[in-house]
Amino acid sequence: MKYAYYPGCSLESTAREFGESTTLVAEALGIELVEIPDWNCCGATSGHALDHKLSIALPARTLGIAESMGLDVVAPCAACYNRMKSAEVAMKSDEALRSEINASLAKPYEGKITVRSALEVFTAPEVLKSVAENVRYPLRGLRPACYYGCLLLRPPRVVGFDDPEAPQRLDEAMRVVGAEPVEWYFKNECCGASLGISKSSITVKLTGDIISNAKKHGANCIVTVCPLCMTNLEMRQAAAGKMRGEDLTIPVFYFTELLGLAMEVPGIRKLFASHLVDVNSALDAIDQYQSMPAGVNS
Amino acid sequence: MRIGVFVCWCGSNIAKTVDVEKVVEAAREMPGVVYATDYKYMCSEPGQNIIQDAIKEHKLDRIVVASCSPRLHEPTFQRCVEAAGLNPYMVEMANIREQCSWVHDRTPEATQHAIDLVRMAVAKVAKNEPLTRSRLGITRKALVIGGGVAGIQAALDIADAGYPVVLVERTPSIGGHMAQYDKTFPTLDCAACILTPKMVDCASHPLIEIWSYSEVEEVNGFVGNFEVKVRRRAKSVDESKCTGCGLCLEKCPVKDIPSEFDEGTGTRRAIYRPFPQSVPNKPVIDRDHCRYFQTGKCGVCQKICPVGAIDYEQQDQVVTEKFGAIVVATGFDVWRDERAMAQFGYGKYPDVISSLQFERLMNASGPTDGKIVRPSDGKTPRSIAFISCVGSRDEEHGYPYCSKVCCMYNAKQALLAKDKLHDVQTYVFYMDIRANGKGYEEFVRRTIEEYGANYIRGRVSRVYPDGDQLVVKGADTLLGRPLEVRVDLVVLATAMKPHDDAKELARKLGISTDQYDWFSEAHPKLRPVEVLTDGIYLAGACQYPKDIPDTVAQASGAASKVVGLFSKEAILSEAMTAYVNEDTCVGCGLCVEVCPFGAIELVEVVDREKSTRDNQVMKKVARVNEGVCKGCGTCAAACRSGSARLRGFDTKQILAEIDALADAALAGRQ
Repeated sequence: MKYAYYPGCSLESTAREFGESTTLVAEALGIELVEIPDWNCCGATSGHALDHKLSIALPARTLGIAESMGLDVVAPCAACYNRMKSAEVAMKSDEALRSEINASLAKPYEGKITVRSALEVFTAPEVLKSVAENVRYPLRGLRPACYYGCLLLRPPRVVGFDDPEAPQRLDEAMRVVGAEPVEWYFKNECCGASLGISKSSITVKLTGDIISNAKKHGANCIVTVCPLCMTNLEMRQAAAGKMRGEDLTIPVFYFTELLGLAMEVPGIRKLFASHLVDVNSALDAIDQYQSMPAGVNS
Repeated sequence: MRIGVFVCWCGSNIAKTVDVEKVVEAAREMPGVVYATDYKYMCSEPGQNIIQDAIKEHKLDRIVVASCSPRLHEPTFQRCVEAAGLNPYMVEMANIREQCSWVHDRTPEATQHAIDLVRMAVAKVAKNEPLTRSRLGITRKALVIGGGVAGIQAALDIADAGYPVVLVERTPSIGGHMAQYDKTFPTLDCAACILTPKMVDCASHPLIEIWSYSEVEEVNGFVGNFEVKVRRRAKSVDESKCTGCGLCLEKCPVKDIPSEFDEGTGTRRAIYRPFPQSVPNKPVIDRDHCRYFQTGKCGVCQKICPVGAIDYEQQDQVVTEKFGAIVVATGFDVWRDERAMAQFGYGKYPDVISSLQFERLMNASGPTDGKIVRPSDGKTPRSIAFISCVGSRDEEHGYPYCSKVCCMYNAKQALLAKDKLHDVQTYVFYMDIRANGKGYEEFVRRTIEEYGANYIRGRVSRVYPDGDQLVVKGADTLLGRPLEVRVDLVVLATAMKPHDDAKELARKLGISTDQYDWFSEAHPKLRPVEVLTDGIYLAGACQYPKDIPDTVAQASGAASKVVGLFSKEAILSEAMTAYVNEDTCVGCGLCVEVCPFGAIELVEVVDREKSTRDNQVMKKVARVNEGVCKGCGTCAAACRSGSARLRGFDTKQILAEIDALADAALAGRQ
């Protein structure tokens, strides 16, 4: 299995743990990721809000390069994935737009390759089977609230690899590595996204709602698929807790980190050092179960 | 041969684009034409007089009218020439409006196009032959499919006019959805109070037979002469003996079956009638749940029945009966797609219910005797949220159309909830309030102003439990703010949808459906109760979501169509029908397959008598039922041996048209 890898800006900066855990886990599973040479910004946030054609042209350039490599693209960041998938669908369905945009690209995108999210790739049935076979440190005792965020599954007619209202793929992956995902209600609520920069009070309220609901349903960590969600969920815990008068401290993980942790992929644990919220309470919860015989559960 | 050509201006519709006088001049030169003229409105009375006078004066035997599409006015001109003594099929129309003036600018080419169309019509009419329509008999008995308020009204109207009716109903009782409702907007009449008398009228009417627990299996024939197979499912109760005492209903040991009539809010037994006022009021045994039928042991109902009416040996009966007309009144179903309603938690949280379930909770004959309580804990709700457009106006999850009645029943339910529970706070989440009926807008205002319903304009994104309450998360788009409301009960105004097997019934009837499987009317404005198949009529919500007044009005409309049909002495068949030359037909059956009306069948005929031996050589040939044939010509186009022909559109006529066009082109448009 071989993919063209699109890290985007965040996986090399604020979400370095997401990027590294993705490549480490892929390597451990025998999935080859080839970084797209000379990739450019996906146009998230500012690009697509300002100019519709630009919002298609920016990802189309990267898709054109990937198409010349003959590989499908994996874009782990939810925003990158959403932008690239939207561009893919627009380019495939609108012939006039395709020729207009391709005229300005050195490597045109003809719609021969497709874009997948990291969640889609790692939870494909055969990959998940291989994950299951490689679990050495089952995450029993971990009760993650699986948080899909708003971008990964919407609009369903464009992305649509899981149920947009009641998604399951992340929950399924967590069960495969031995964790017990909690049943909760805010799986696909908005975290406030980039309002964190321009109007942080809204982000504080929204992340507070999410974390509070996760904790209320017994979660001892949150697992996410999006760098921006991660940033908001980690950074706003203190302010949101103060606003609600609750203790909202909770570790947050990228799902690839937890896959890697369960598979004991070398190099995973050291990524936890760059988290803003201490993850030890979650790791302790798992460790408590390690000495117990299989079958004993919370 | 003496052909007359009459060119119409259609006011300015044709004359503004086509040089009408030039068309007349050109027509005068065409072969066989002895007279040509023009007039401003050929379809008007003076216009028709011009045609009739010319027929007499110039001894015309064939007519071409160059005007509009034959769809509307071909019958007009057929009647016109018939009155002047010609066979009505000696008229051809050249459509120089829709197919010429309306699609062109005023150019010489437009006029030339009109001339070409006239030339073709002249060439064709020269080959026309007189056709006659035959008279067909009528079976003056109607079949009404579906025993809801639409079927009931149609059956009563037809029977009151003096014609017998069979009312076929799939469930054990007539009454339909209306019987499930509590009160009806905007007058708040109790649904049962106004419906049950009509149900009883049906049962006691000497001309109405109710076939409940029955389904239509097969429909053959044509207008005036349908032959319908109906499966009358075994009720396992001998109706001639049963007195409807209800003893068996109390003793049946299987008591936990979710009641369809109560939308799962209550239970029923294996032997049951849907509701106490059922018509017929005699129970049936649900064999899928009955302990006797499943295990062979039980028989309690048989032991307890004082008149020995329980009959486990009863079999389904397939009855074939002749009808002259069919009214389709099969109604609607309620959207129940739990997966598509995941964001509202329908099917997951017990206190999220559908509006129809809420009707049953409010209804005095419902499972709670009309007390509004939460299904989860039986407590009285202090706050209720009504969410409109669940599955309606929602392409993402459900259907793009508006279900039309939800705004009104939301208002009704919010009003009645407040009426029953004085302390309750109601919220109605809406997109727009569509209250376009007599007294409807006033009713909604009353709910808001006098009954304190809090109407919030905005969609709900999510419903989730918090403690023993539900949080309704949405937006108030008038304030431009996200919003959360905590309530005890959530009621979803789920969309109206066609029955899952609507398409199957349409196939049996040979009628068409739209993209959602609602039955299609013949014309959306001018023929709303007819379908394209003669003798079949629509009533109620099987066509599109309707409220009760519209349903009843349409049912009476359908009934009057049936009565109109039955009051004719005979039906005139279509004259332009297909026929098969049985000498050349090889019986391949292709025409049978392609015929959209099911008008052709293969029959065995004697090919030739053998002189040496005393047996005959048989062969299969296609035969057209002229009562059913609509003259579409599909069979004639498909036939490989040229045996299937269409009267009025014979090969020689079509070829004459093509030749005329080709000759004009070859002659350099002379």
